[in-house]
Amino acid sequence: MRGLGKLVLMQIKLYLREPAAIFFTVIFAPMLLVLFGAIYGNKPSPFFGGRGTIDISVPSYIALIIISVGFMGIPIATAANREAGVLRRFRTTPLRPAAYILANIAAYYLMTLAGVIVLVIVGKAGYGMRFSGNVLSCWLGFTLSALAFFALGYLVAGLAPTARIAQAVGMILAFPMMFLGGATIPMEVLPQSVRNFGRFIPSTYVVTLMRGLWSGESWAKHLTEAAILGGVLAVGMLLAARTFRWE
Amino acid sequence: MQVITVDNLRKAYGDVRAVDGVSFEIRPTEIFGMVGPNGAGKTTTIECLEGLRRPDSGKVHVLGLDPQRQGYELRQRIGVQLQEGSLPDRLRVGEAMEIFASFYQKPVQWRPLVELLGLADKFKAPFGKLSGGQKQRLLIGLALVNDPELVFLDELTTGLDPQARRAMWDMVKGIRDRGKTVFLTTHYMEEAEHLCDRLAIIDHGKIVALDSPQNLIAGLDAENRVVFSVKEKIDDAFFRKIPGVTRVGQSQDRVIIYGKGDGLLVRIVMALESGRIHFRDLRTEQPNLDDVFIALTGKEMRD
Repeated sequence: MRGLGKLVLMQIKLYLREPAAIFFTVIFAPMLLVLFGAIYGNKPSPFFGGRGTIDISVPSYIALIIISVGFMGIPIATAANREAGVLRRFRTTPLRPAAYILANIAAYYLMTLAGVIVLVIVGKAGYGMRFSGNVLSCWLGFTLSALAFFALGYLVAGLAPTARIAQAVGMILAFPMMFLGGATIPMEVLPQSVRNFGRFIPSTYVVTLMRGLWSGESWAKHLTEAAILGGVLAVGMLLAARTFRWE
Repeated sequence: MQVITVDNLRKAYGDVRAVDGVSFEIRPTEIFGMVGPNGAGKTTTIECLEGLRRPDSGKVHVLGLDPQRQGYELRQRIGVQLQEGSLPDRLRVGEAMEIFASFYQKPVQWRPLVELLGLADKFKAPFGKLSGGQKQRLLIGLALVNDPELVFLDELTTGLDPQARRAMWDMVKGIRDRGKTVFLTTHYMEEAEHLCDRLAIIDHGKIVALDSPQNLIAGLDAENRVVFSVKEKIDDAFFRKIPGVTRVGQSQDRVIIYGKGDGLLVRIVMALESGRIHFRDLRTEQPNLDDVFIALTGKEMRD
């Protein structure tokens, strides 16, 4: 397992050299935050249950970052590496296949976490974001959500015959999740029909869970979200493992 | 102890019998080549030996190991250059060497290796920005980073320009000269003839001949050709009298004499001298592996 740490580092370096990946992971969400912060500020509003726009946007945008890594970053890179023969090349070394995948997941996880940290810093420093939750609890919620979406991302890569199709399918899935589940536009603003539809997409549960934990609610109040995301993670992982192809 | 023993290897994809009962052995420190047209079964064979594909039947032993069941131990000791293998475009030369070195228990110093491969000034260049030849050299470097006992090179020079190809040949000989065994596949007969100590000619998943290039050509018992130009046409009968000559062909000022046996050239030159015939541009053409391939398979090998 000597190579594992180096492999994670390599994956992170490669990630940092991909401008599109960097944009969607660490720039897009903070940019939106600055944009909406400039328009609405962060004054407490009864509309958001006594919170400001920034207070509810930061936990929501965490879902946005997770969606872009899970549905755009992972499927495209995984399928492209498979297509180019990169995965085959690694398979001819003594590196254990599971170690390669683990290193990949770790790199994506750390990059997503970095995006969240940047987002929180911008919210805090720029607009005095209020946080009344428990850090550990929020971190757990983030980790559960991120891993569940990563599993779906690998599943898309596994099912898509080519990198182009992986990209198209990832985009088609990513956009409704970004805009119809409260990740970008607050659920309070969305019409009832959209909110009804939102119940069928997993990102809605990420937003609900993260906003709840952010405001100090307990996990006990979010058992539905935890169960659904846990289920997505378990089923997604199982199917992703079955559909994963090295070539 | 042979480096590789393959006994009656078979592998089919659906109805296509890609490898159809292949048997051969590879000896220590030789360059063994497998030549044949595209789709003959070369890559399937090599990938069964590397453990990337599971044979349908047959016995395969590589360095005394079963590639399927002892793949991990095997991969520590072999170097692999894949026909369809690549690296991430944004991975730099030095980083690639470093990361691959970290996968092995006993990696070599990879900096001298990079210099040996002529990539010292490309150290920080991303893989995607390298030329075809440079990419191949780096991929060979990765195959050598664990100081392997056995190196697999699949279609090493496909897509390279002639100059890069010749440089690659020197590199492969260098690998053999450092005491390693090389198994390569190619669909260039010229490459096989130039590089291989022994080679197997494969067609439709079967080995049709296996020997040293010299023996394969000699076994063909084909005619040599002596070609030269003369000022004026000479009667064919003049050349037919020369011992060993089998056929004569003339077109305008070009004469082609076909014949067999050692000393054919000397006898022809002496006859020309004694007949006071002025000739120029004389050269001989030996039969080559292309002729062997045509004789064995009844068809011409094409890229």
